[in-house]
Amino acid sequence: MTLVIENLVVPLAHFDLEVTATMSARVTAIFGPSGAGKTSLLDAIAGLRALKSGRITFDDVVLSDLPARARRIGYVPQETALFPHLSVARNIRYGGRHNEEHVVSVLEIEHLLDRGVTSLSGGEQKRVALARALLAAPRLLLLDEPLAGLDWPLRDRVMALLQRVRDDFNVPMLYVTHDEAELAAIADEVVTLDAGRVSS
Amino acid sequence: MTDAAIIWFTVRMAALATALLIPPALALALLLARGTWRGKSVIETLVALPLVMPPVATGLILLKLVPHSVVFTWRAVVIAMMVMSSPFIVRAARVAFENVNPRYEQIARTLGAHEPRVFFTITLPLALRGIAGGVVLGFARALGEFGATILVAGNIPGRTTTLAVAIYDRVQLGRDSAAWPLVIAGVVVAFVAIWLSEKSTRRRT
Repeated sequence: MTLVIENLVVPLAHFDLEVTATMSARVTAIFGPSGAGKTSLLDAIAGLRALKSGRITFDDVVLSDLPARARRIGYVPQETALFPHLSVARNIRYGGRHNEEHVVSVLEIEHLLDRGVTSLSGGEQKRVALARALLAAPRLLLLDEPLAGLDWPLRDRVMALLQRVRDDFNVPMLYVTHDEAELAAIADEVVTLDAGRVSS
Repeated sequence: MTDAAIIWFTVRMAALATALLIPPALALALLLARGTWRGKSVIETLVALPLVMPPVATGLILLKLVPHSVVFTWRAVVIAMMVMSSPFIVRAARVAFENVNPRYEQIARTLGAHEPRVFFTITLPLALRGIAGGVVLGFARALGEFGATILVAGNIPGRTTTLAVAIYDRVQLGRDSAAWPLVIAGVVVAFVAIWLSEKSTRRRT
């Protein structure tokens, strides 16, 4: 499972995102200060942002030739973007019901299924968003600052769940963070991004 | 023709006009809300025109545009109503679509949804309250339509006479007292429509 980003150029407001990288670890962290272009990189991989040039390949699939809906990239954005008018159950099944029982049990959301998403706590929202991405049987999981906005005891708990997801499901992850402690906890590889460029 | 028959005819025509208008109005609103394309500002202005133009002027233009076989029939009533209420529905729907966070639509796409599915399961339900407010106002506007209707559909009792036209007709004939029940009916319907529209737009938070 290898993600190859070749000569990627994505125009952003203040600079161009320019990335060439190969990521083949189970969990690759994309590390850098805020405003470095981390979320834009995830958006580009997911097909939500137009490329000026470059190519994104996952194994032998050229992702950058496909529309977002055909890429099978699971995306958990920082704000989770749970569909506010749908129940938890309908949210997580939106993209499919792959491995549903197992995902629901690992993420401990059985008791939330009938709830509306607007009544969920921050930690619950993260778990539901993760379940929604996993049920669509993604090739690759994009996690944008999954611990952002969570209080300390909760962060440890969500991190433990993410480690469990890493171990239980055979889905490589790109993990965006600006927190070094998170790198140590979950990342196998680190790509550092600063002002749109990879620095090593 | 009884008052009840006039009111019922007007309500039916307004309902039909609104129903026919919804699909094209939503399509146009979505284009205006989401796209950037050449000529967009021209279309935006055209859409708003019936709001500010004298309705009789609009009626005269319609008179020249619609086929002869349609003029002075109930179809002309419906067309006049559609044109006059279109700005209310298009503008309300446009704002409602603009207020839908595009991130929801994007995430739906990453989950494999094609565009029609994204629209019907994400965009439309999230915009529904705002659209409903505009539809109710558009319906109310259609109910009260006078200026364009009188020119393009005329005043044929039982065939094209609407509430507003009947009120005018009675006052012209010096039968003010006979006009009042229709005026009261008009006020009640307009009041309920605006109240519903306010309620449906406001409750959305």
